[in-house]
Amino acid sequence: MTSALSRRALVGGLAAGAMGLLTGCDRLARDERFRRALFSAENMHKWLQRSLQGREALAREFRPDQRSPIFRGNGTLNPNTDGYKALWREEFRTWRLRVDGLVARPLSLSLAQLHAMPQRVQTTRHDCVEGWSAIGTWRGVPLRTVLDAAALSTRARYLVFHCMDDMGGGRDYYESIDLVDAFHPQTILAHSLNDAPLPVTNGAPLRLRVERQLGYKQAKYLARIEAVADLAQIGGGKGGFWEDVAGYEWYAGI
Amino acid sequence: MDDSKPALPGPVRRHRVSTRLWHWTNALCVYLLLASGLGIFNAHPRLYWGEYGANFDHAWLTLQRFGGAWTLPGHYDLAMSRRWHLSLALVFGVTLLVYLLWSLANRHVGRDLAFRRGELAPRHVWREIRDHARLRFPTGMAALRYNVLQKASYIGVIFILLPLMILTGLAMSPGMDAAWPWLTGLLGGRQSARSIHFITAWLLVAFFVVHIVMVLLAGPLSGMRAMVTGWYRPPPPRDREPAA
Repeated sequence: MTSALSRRALVGGLAAGAMGLLTGCDRLARDERFRRALFSAENMHKWLQRSLQGREALAREFRPDQRSPIFRGNGTLNPNTDGYKALWREEFRTWRLRVDGLVARPLSLSLAQLHAMPQRVQTTRHDCVEGWSAIGTWRGVPLRTVLDAAALSTRARYLVFHCMDDMGGGRDYYESIDLVDAFHPQTILAHSLNDAPLPVTNGAPLRLRVERQLGYKQAKYLARIEAVADLAQIGGGKGGFWEDVAGYEWYAGI
Repeated sequence: MDDSKPALPGPVRRHRVSTRLWHWTNALCVYLLLASGLGIFNAHPRLYWGEYGANFDHAWLTLQRFGGAWTLPGHYDLAMSRRWHLSLALVFGVTLLVYLLWSLANRHVGRDLAFRRGELAPRHVWREIRDHARLRFPTGMAALRYNVLQKASYIGVIFILLPLMILTGLAMSPGMDAAWPWLTGLLGGRQSARSIHFITAWLLVAFFVVHIVMVLLAGPLSGMRAMVTGWYRPPPPRDREPAA
């Protein structure tokens, strides 16, 4: 009898404790100091992965016949601003990619000029932070080629990618990467997906591919690349739209 | 020994400090990893086999989102679920590694967990299954040793399921995909790794349920006391069975 009672009490206590623990964790996560500690795991993962990776380690590449039948889009599927629609109507002929900030030779590149530069083709897996994956073939200019042409300053530490999609409140999407990823051989400015010009849903006319990180780092609808010494002055200061708005990791290798 | 009057065994040292520390840290970690993991799963509650898989591809399992009572945080917040999950994953991984090394060094694995000769003989295993099914738990000094079913489940959890959670977790990471391309390949692709991660999580839940039921049946207070303080008072031998 007593043991039946104590069993019931234990099971009840366990269930109540489990629920209480989750509520307690939610409360804990509102504390600024705890939050900082929780968020610091990102640096640990970055350090671990970069230690295991080697600077030039490549994301796996696939054969064209291993591609997803349909490469879905996500986030903004069409910027739909008047400016973007005008560019789209004339097939991005007047669109320019500006490269500025801490560079000796600021650039303004047309699609034709990007096509004329050395190209890299890679069939890679796109991993969304939500959990899904799609494999597609990207074609574009290695970012390092563009940075070399612009003569990146030695003071530059990050590249900020400014996009044409308005995320509400006049804030455009943006992302940033450091020089390790900027000079990685698979980091390209892609203008083609699966042997066709980049569709609007996937970021026409140009998007970033940083193959060792998650999907939200692969900035679409590029307008400008800005070289900076630190990220504090850009947007909300955390290095990207989702990083600022929702607390996503800036280092999205995991 | 059975016929001589057995001395009622006094309290004995049952669990080492390494086992107790790890047991509770791990219990906490695994529970919060499950809750935050379900929060992450809610972002795309579909599972696939192979390397890729998204909305237009064939999912082998499609679920509704888990309710707020299951997840951490208690509302949909992918970024925070990830923050919790990826922080706890580090604690979980490091404590598991330390515990494994410590348990090899202090011979916990060799003395208490490894199967002994004859234990895996079908007749022996069958007898233990029958005893278990009849809820005849060992008493006296025999209660201090793990039986073959306990050993099998502890070995399965510590050496197979928990490491598999870490490996399938890492295999989903695009950064690790570049560092260890063989790992994702070995597991059959990123979406397979995600599916195995999900299945293994529920196998751990199943272990947990059986584990709790067994603790409740075998004497919850003495079991809990032993895992907290290390001291255990083995149950006294049962009265002799009435003659058949």
